[in-house]
Amino acid sequence: MITGTPKPIEEIIEMLEPYDNIIVAGCYGCVTVCRVGGDKEVQVLASTVRLAREAAGKKIKIKEVCLERQCDPEYVELMRPYVEDYQAVLSIACGAGIQFMAEKFSVTPLLPGINTGFLGVTERQGEWAERCQGCGDCVLHLTGGICPVTRCAKSIFHGPCGGSVHGTCEVSKNVTCGWQLIIDRLKSLDQMENYGKLKPYKGWDTSRDGGPRRIIREDMV
Amino acid sequence: MLLKAFENGADGVMVIGCLEGDCHYVNGNIRARARVERVYNILDQIKIGADRVKMYNLSAGEGAKFAAFANEFVDQVIELGPSPINVARKHEVQESAQEVET
Repeated sequence: MITGTPKPIEEIIEMLEPYDNIIVAGCYGCVTVCRVGGDKEVQVLASTVRLAREAAGKKIKIKEVCLERQCDPEYVELMRPYVEDYQAVLSIACGAGIQFMAEKFSVTPLLPGINTGFLGVTERQGEWAERCQGCGDCVLHLTGGICPVTRCAKSIFHGPCGGSVHGTCEVSKNVTCGWQLIIDRLKSLDQMENYGKLKPYKGWDTSRDGGPRRIIREDMV
Repeated sequence: MLLKAFENGADGVMVIGCLEGDCHYVNGNIRARARVERVYNILDQIKIGADRVKMYNLSAGEGAKFAAFANEFVDQVIELGPSPINVARKHEVQESAQEVET
């Protein structure tokens, strides 16, 4: 899922300073799962903003909505009949959802209520960890299902660097060396031969090097 | 729900969880405490003040203790005075009354 963290309240209050009639829009997708942008968070954020503004003597009206997904046109369009009745939309979807809404509603300012994080997994309730950087050229079949691009701080492709000490990355004692994980996993799978199959270099042309990426599926359009 | 209480005019909110280690939902009361701590932070950030919310842990058989905690919390809220929301609302009412008079 795409993860995120709430923006500091002070930052949101400052952002909303020019407005007194807004929409707080959540998303039932990834941000609901990582507890940062769903229906419940819409209610918490809207209440927080209303209280802060009223205590400061500058009331604000807020419409609370939560869309199925802010990254799909059919759901975003549901807001079109009323979006222009409001001065701005404070969205707590991921950056993709916020931008998509901004594209669709050209005269309404879109404000981000969260900081979008990474593609990750829920390791336990309340704790999420990065697993994928969307590099566009997956090698997980050769690396025991552990991604060197994401799990290695340097995204290197040829084994642990000199900064790996007792299985820990030099970046932080809380970060396990990605290549230690890969080699341990390949050994346990009896697939160490895959280690030698890795390319000597990685082409980043499928990653961000060409700017914003696009996927066109001819069988789907 | 805690924030809604303040929107609806509460000066303070008391939260009661079951005794730690004795929750029907195993760790539901521990999670509730974590959620309440989040509300403390929110209230501090928006200048309403975390001391307007307090969480206690009690069993259903501790009526006298509940009453004592309730009295203690009510005293605390009286000492704090009306919440900034209620102060702002009172101010607004007074201003509109003055406008009507003039």
